[in-house]
Amino acid sequence: MLARTADSIFWVSRYMERADFLARIIQATQRLVGLPTEYNPGIGRPGTEWDSVLEASGAAEGFRDSGRPVDEANVVEYLAFAVENPSSVRNCIANARSNARSIRVALTAEMWESINGAWFELARFEQAKSMGGRLKLDERTRFLDFVQQASCDFDGRAYRTMLRNDAYWFSRLGVYIERADNTARILDVKYNVLLPETEVVGGSLDYFQWTAILRAVSALTAYHWVYRQSIKPWLVADLLILRPEMPRSLISCYDNIVYFLDAIGRAYGRQGSAQHHARAVYERLQKSSTGAVFQAGLHEFITGFVEDNSRLGEIISGQYLDLSGVPQGA
Amino acid sequence: MAAERRFFDEMTGEGGVTRQAYERIARWLAEQPKDFFATRRGHAELMFRRIGITFNVYGDKDATERLIPFDIIPRVIQRSEWRKLEDGLVQRVKALNTFLADIYGAQEIIRAGVVPREMVESNPAFLKNMVGVAAPHDIRVHIAGIDIVRTDGDDFYVLEDNARTPSGVSYMLENREVMMRVAPDLFADHRVAPVENYPEALLATLRSVDPTGSGHPTVALLTPGQFNSAYYEHSFLADKLGVELVEGRDLVVDDDTVFMRTTEGLRKVDVIYRRIDDAFLDPEMFNSESMLGVPGIMRAYRAGNVAIANGIGTGAADDKAIYTYMPDIVRFYFGEELKLKNVDTWRCREADSCAYVLDHLDELVVKEVNGSGGYGMLVGPHATREQRESFAAKIRRDPANYIAQPTLSLSTCPTYFDSGVASRHVDLRPFVLTGTDGVRVIPGGLTRVALTDGSLVVNSSQGGGTKDTWIVDDPREAPSRVGELPATHPVDPGTYAGGASGSASGLAVGLTR
Repeated sequence: MLARTADSIFWVSRYMERADFLARIIQATQRLVGLPTEYNPGIGRPGTEWDSVLEASGAAEGFRDSGRPVDEANVVEYLAFAVENPSSVRNCIANARSNARSIRVALTAEMWESINGAWFELARFEQAKSMGGRLKLDERTRFLDFVQQASCDFDGRAYRTMLRNDAYWFSRLGVYIERADNTARILDVKYNVLLPETEVVGGSLDYFQWTAILRAVSALTAYHWVYRQSIKPWLVADLLILRPEMPRSLISCYDNIVYFLDAIGRAYGRQGSAQHHARAVYERLQKSSTGAVFQAGLHEFITGFVEDNSRLGEIISGQYLDLSGVPQGA
Repeated sequence: MAAERRFFDEMTGEGGVTRQAYERIARWLAEQPKDFFATRRGHAELMFRRIGITFNVYGDKDATERLIPFDIIPRVIQRSEWRKLEDGLVQRVKALNTFLADIYGAQEIIRAGVVPREMVESNPAFLKNMVGVAAPHDIRVHIAGIDIVRTDGDDFYVLEDNARTPSGVSYMLENREVMMRVAPDLFADHRVAPVENYPEALLATLRSVDPTGSGHPTVALLTPGQFNSAYYEHSFLADKLGVELVEGRDLVVDDDTVFMRTTEGLRKVDVIYRRIDDAFLDPEMFNSESMLGVPGIMRAYRAGNVAIANGIGTGAADDKAIYTYMPDIVRFYFGEELKLKNVDTWRCREADSCAYVLDHLDELVVKEVNGSGGYGMLVGPHATREQRESFAAKIRRDPANYIAQPTLSLSTCPTYFDSGVASRHVDLRPFVLTGTDGVRVIPGGLTRVALTDGSLVVNSSQGGGTKDTWIVDDPREAPSRVGELPATHPVDPGTYAGGASGSASGLAVGLTR
């Protein structure tokens, strides 16, 4: 397939996945800051929670440049609607649609309708917003729900309707690389509340922090099914890093990444550094245990992973998607 | 309704009596409850939005993607009428191809004095450096869109030939899809010729001009990109054809061969259906500023390694000045009379005609020889005195750039509005395909309708709408056989008899099959 087409498919998936993550993390945080302060010492200082959301979504610097004070209204506005924030939910949907539009041939009609429909719906929200400056609270909730729905809808349509060929494999790679990045980022921002020493026997005030993390990656129910016990911070880390049955865990993402890169390698009759690099990351995860991760330092582990993951994105781009040079094997 | 003048109406003819082709439509219009059309139109609009069939309007920041209004009352043509049209279209497109093969080849028609040399050479769309460059299989106009108007029960006129990159075929196809969904009841009553095999026919045409002769050409559709006004159509067609939709940056020329950049490396391309104008095609040869084109693609074309559809320099055949010579062109090559009439045209480059035009501006339509899209034209009867005077000044400055035609009494067609059904002027753009395997006319086309009361301008960029166009079997005639592809009309075997002899025998310059 055309390198540019593969590149766009890859990014459509990434943007839709990212939009979903942003919507979830905003909602989870709203819940958290809505609690009385005694339930969460962390939220004593105004803005703290919203600071970490900005960090986790990679928007902290851009937000600082805007010069606005960190508070719920400003951060949500920036993350959800700001045109100047390259990764705002609205830009994710707009970019996904623009990418999709440039390669409509490669998407199924169902996928295009989903993304195009989402774009028109977004326009409706923006219009409502332009009347009053900001969305009313209930409209905002509807908006965040809509984003998650749109993302699921797109993903489901891709799964149900795409031919199982390289176009599908590149779209899946986009999903899992973005998802691994999102999961790792929220762990990176919240690692301090997951360290074992923060546990207080008999329940912790950090409980709500942990559930917020789980909610942000839609893993709260999954946690209970997997562990069947009260929420322990190291188990939250275990679930999100090493549990293969958890679809957002880092290891599950890499299981898929390796699988789809192998499919591409087989179809094209040759492997490259993308396959090698992905397999190396996957093997490291497979050989890890929660104990070992904590011993080596959760923070260091996660930081290392984020770097490895974004490196993989670059390698895939160089190997398959880059237009500037002559692709491999020409 | 048009006020002072009576126009031929597609449904009621010269007046009163419903024409046969429209009998059931008239009944349908009369029988539906009041809110029926509004509801159905709402459905149709929603469908168009969902599939994203939009066009971009240049210089319109707020609505960069617009829907072309779709009218749910179809435009109907009887098969017996269509046959005549089809005949004329085939003749016309053969003439365009023969003319181009000639002026980029031996130039017999110029040497015979039938078309003046300066007429050809002063046309900016004529590319001098392409003279002597053979097009694969000597076909240049693979896809033609011929704009036709009707003035009465018998007469169709060609308004304009489009031999460059005619657009609109996606509307022909999508209008039908939407129409079948919003008015299935109406289809149950009619035998409508299908148009859905157009992509199949187009692919066959494109594959037939494969320069490699391998039998397995790689075809690609070249688009300027998603900001082009017809981008939707480009992606739509690529999808239906099952070919890659490429942009200039996806292609690279190496060793006079065109390749596309794929995830598996470079892949050779044999046939390019391009929707980029000549001027932007190859920055090496034409506009060096062009970011849309492919450097070196013309080298590959000259070397015969790639077929480009439509060919290069086809604008030399479809401008409004050459149009006026069509009767002579057809007579010269085929020894036939033009089957589809031309509109009487005054060439302002001729002093007498120019004087006449300037004297009669209030009754004429004046067009730029190279204008398109309804821009740069004056509709005399509808213009103000100031507009006419400033246009007259333009004509005096550069008379050769203008032609003028009488304001035709374009036929009208019933069209739905919130206030009810009203008559609006329509035209018709059928699409004609030419490959080595013959000429195909798809039974249908794009009907454009001027939505403003009394207006004659149907262009979508100027507020025109579209209608589904039906070619229906005549009720008293046996239904036609339906083949997989529209029937082809063989390209006449060329008995090249030498241009100047005035021989009446078929003269098909260079069309070898």
